[in-house]
Amino acid sequence: MTEGKFNGEMTYAAVVRAGTEPGTVEIPETDFAKIKRKREIRNFFKGQLYLLPSILLFAVFLFYPLFRTIYLSFFLTDSAGTPTVFVGLDNFRKIFTSPVFLQSLQSTVLFVLYTVPGTVFIALVLAVLANEKMKGIGFFRTIFSSTMGVSVAAGSVFWMFLFHPTIGWLNQLLKMFGLDPVGWLTDPKWALLSVSVTTIWMNLGFTFLVLLGGLQSIDDYLYESAEIDGAGYFYKIRRITIPLLSPTLFFVITVSLINAFQTFGQIDMLTRGGPQNETNLIVYVIYQEAFMNYQYGSGSALAIILFVIVLLLTVLQFKLVEKRVHYQ
Amino acid sequence: MQESIIVEMIRVSKSYDKQKNVIKEMDLTIREGEFFVLVGPSGSGKSTLLRMIAGLEDITGGILKIGGRVVNHLPPKDRNISMVFQNYALYPHLNVEENILFGLKAKKVDKAERQRRLQEAAEMLGLERLLKRKPKELSGGQRQRVALARAIVSRAPLCLMDEPLSNLDAKLRANMRMEIRRLQQRLGLTTIYVTHDQVEAMTMGDRIMVLHDGKIQQVGEPIRLYNEPANTFVASFIGTPKMNMGNARYFPEKRELVVENRLSLPADPAGLDISPDRNVIVGIRPEHIRPGTAEDRTSELEVINVEQLGNETLLSFEVGKEIWTAKWPGQWKVKAGERVPVHIPIPFLHFFDRETGLLIKPAQSAHMREVEKV
Repeated sequence: MTEGKFNGEMTYAAVVRAGTEPGTVEIPETDFAKIKRKREIRNFFKGQLYLLPSILLFAVFLFYPLFRTIYLSFFLTDSAGTPTVFVGLDNFRKIFTSPVFLQSLQSTVLFVLYTVPGTVFIALVLAVLANEKMKGIGFFRTIFSSTMGVSVAAGSVFWMFLFHPTIGWLNQLLKMFGLDPVGWLTDPKWALLSVSVTTIWMNLGFTFLVLLGGLQSIDDYLYESAEIDGAGYFYKIRRITIPLLSPTLFFVITVSLINAFQTFGQIDMLTRGGPQNETNLIVYVIYQEAFMNYQYGSGSALAIILFVIVLLLTVLQFKLVEKRVHYQ
Repeated sequence: MQESIIVEMIRVSKSYDKQKNVIKEMDLTIREGEFFVLVGPSGSGKSTLLRMIAGLEDITGGILKIGGRVVNHLPPKDRNISMVFQNYALYPHLNVEENILFGLKAKKVDKAERQRRLQEAAEMLGLERLLKRKPKELSGGQRQRVALARAIVSRAPLCLMDEPLSNLDAKLRANMRMEIRRLQQRLGLTTIYVTHDQVEAMTMGDRIMVLHDGKIQQVGEPIRLYNEPANTFVASFIGTPKMNMGNARYFPEKRELVVENRLSLPADPAGLDISPDRNVIVGIRPEHIRPGTAEDRTSELEVINVEQLGNETLLSFEVGKEIWTAKWPGQWKVKAGERVPVHIPIPFLHFFDRETGLLIKPAQSAHMREVEKV
């Protein structure tokens, strides 16, 4: 390092000398390159120092657990989580042949398909409505974004009451119209749908707020100009709102997709994976495997699989969809 | 040529939240093919008025007619107008061609017609080679042209422009001024043009309306406003450097007109029918304060600032608490602090009433010279 630097210095000085006719111009002896490099090195270390706290935190809470999980996924463990026997890819092989996992995978995919488009579409409609300028619109904006302030636990309890087979409002409503009560959380046909509805409701607040922010960054002049040009309401939405909102939509869809794959709280509160494993989403399977069956090895393997699935989907999304996103 | 009325306003007014009169009962007619300029300082209500004509703002009271029919209740798209916005309002995700055709597609004009109008407008504004570019890849002047092209293709008989040149640099602005004017004349387009720049108003308008505090100050041809400003506001707003003004009093016994208690000008009662006890404001254009010669000097003033413009020299004087400016043609070797003789000719003074600000007597207007035709 030092030697290279020294060489560089020599060549620089030599170039300077060679390029000048002797005796014509005085070249000061200061070596600018050396001083500049010194400053760069100092700045580099200064920068590292600023990064240190977050690197430390990431290392302890993210990098270490990640590598530990990968490591564990190749082992069988005892009930305390200590690796005992190295089994190679056995854990993975077992998982891919297990009917529980395959059903869980199917449920998860269905769950994602229900919740992501559902949330984004409803939030978009609400955001477009709440973006209108009129008196008292602030009230609606508050209401529409309010579920952001509700915790998963509180939201689940709230919906549990709504879903209650006898005293729940939903079934009472059905009864009012003379319909048979539905086992919202107990009927295998309905459970996944019920959980999805709960999830959509919970995610609506955040998604709505982000989309509303995106809408408000669209210049009013564009709409006024379109109005003068003779564009109708839906024409404006299709040709101006959606294209200009596309970066926000892309962000919201990516985040919702990742969140949907990681859903845990409402499953644990509402159905515990039942009935007949219909709502047994991947994270809940991981939880059961690791913390109820004490199979840390295969639990870790499942976690790795989930990680890879989410990673692939996100990469795919960036590759396929981002091209059509219009960044201003 | 029969001139028909395109826009008619009958006691139009505008208030927000029933409080402030942003536009006070306003009567106005704009004729076909006219380039009509609304000019005024910021906050005078000129943009609001334009947006009311466009239908982007509600009209609180009065009647607005466009092309003979009442349009108070009609949304912008049914008023058959086009508009150019200050920041151009180009759609950032669409290229130039799509931007220009946006409105025609919305109105479902057929494809062949669309292409024909696009070609025509692009050619007129020199946009042929930019059609596939996005707005962010264009310079300010090019964006401005796209906005104009978009207004042209709509074939609306009335075009509204809201300070379209204010985002351009000075040189480009002078260019576009001429270009817009020529385009307007070529197409015979009735145009209502809002600006805060009195130079734009003077150079572009067939007629100008000066607006202040939501009230019409004066409507008329640019040169008329310059020569016979209806009140002190118009007098100081139109013309640059602005008109020199000061409180004055006429003393017939001494044959003197005293300005700002500082400047006394010899005045002949024959040419001055101002009653001696009337409080007046006098005004004089900078180009009418001339360098005094031994015979005709009326006063000697101390120069406080000199601006050499090359073709002319601007001199500032302190007259009482007012600062007056004189514009002398050519280059003058004068330094700040020197006292120079000046000639302030009484016939070139405008007289305004001090209470109402209204014009009592305009200056004897300089005779417009005519070009000898060969």
